[in-house]
Amino acid sequence: MTKVITKFTRNVPHWQPRVTPVDLKEASDEQLDALKVTPSNTKVSEYVLTLAHDVESLKVRSPLFNAIMYDKGGMSRAERELGALGASMVNHCIYCAAVHAARHAQLEKSTDVTDKLFRDGAKADLSTRDRAIFDFAVALSEAPSRAAPEHMDALKAAGLDEAEVLDLILSAALFGWANRLMHVLGDPVRVGETRN
Amino acid sequence: MALDTTALRQAGVATDGTLAAAIDGRATIFEMTQAAEEAVLRPQDAGPWSHELRAALAARIAVLNGETDLATRYGQGAGAFADLADPADDGAAQGLTEVVGFMDKVAADTRNVAAVDILGLQAAGVADADIVRLAELNAFLAYQLRVIAGLRLMKGAFA
Repeated sequence: MTKVITKFTRNVPHWQPRVTPVDLKEASDEQLDALKVTPSNTKVSEYVLTLAHDVESLKVRSPLFNAIMYDKGGMSRAERELGALGASMVNHCIYCAAVHAARHAQLEKSTDVTDKLFRDGAKADLSTRDRAIFDFAVALSEAPSRAAPEHMDALKAAGLDEAEVLDLILSAALFGWANRLMHVLGDPVRVGETRN
Repeated sequence: MALDTTALRQAGVATDGTLAAAIDGRATIFEMTQAAEEAVLRPQDAGPWSHELRAALAARIAVLNGETDLATRYGQGAGAFADLADPADDGAAQGLTEVVGFMDKVAADTRNVAAVDILGLQAAGVADADIVRLAELNAFLAYQLRVIAGLRLMKGAFA
């Protein structure tokens, strides 16, 4: 019996697709190219194989994702992860929240912030800067967005400059995208409990 | 060359204005965002979801998010599917009730999307690859709409 995880956790679950992923053996040349499959690299996740059904989107999405989360300058990587986490908590994407809470903890060398967020939710006791970042990401992620000038004032008061605010907008918005793939197209399940 | 993207244009952000340095620092991201719009709205291989239908669904999602200007812009390409840009239209006239219901839920009630929603599309005869295409269209718009909303706020705050 597969157990779907419904509570936030930093233990990254297995992602079990709700649709049948592309079979690597039957993949087109365009799909293989987008999947970056080479004779020495044949390991591709079920998630990416699922997205390979829409190969044109996959080709542009992966570099865009990496640029928003990892390009140099602007907001710190840990704070971009906090933006991603805010979005993922709004959209209840358990898998994304786990991955990005774990990365935040790794980058910060502390589980303090994500422990508090998972335990106390939006009321968590955060630093002024983390509070402003998290609140903006949450507000922007609602549908429609509830982000308002007050959120922007709080970010500025917490010391974020223009480049940092732009990175926060991009990282939170990006997870509006990622959550709608991960949370919609698959289930987070306990590792080792996959459907056969 | 100045960046000309839907996100910057809809947010009213001039690339030579007060946010120029920040935007310039992320120019490749704005270029890739525009390329992603092409990939989901006007793909070479559209599957069963024509460019017109995609434009209509994009306009509908923009309306659900309160972005009426962007909805008008996308709606201009909706052709025979133009009625679907109105969230009050349930898609029955086009035989797209399941598709429209799924898109609305993914766009505006994401957290409550469940396996049963995918099963509903499959039961309606939508192939798995085409479910992924719908999800990608929806997911991209969620991103683009929030970049626009964020940039608009940023423009006001850093003016």
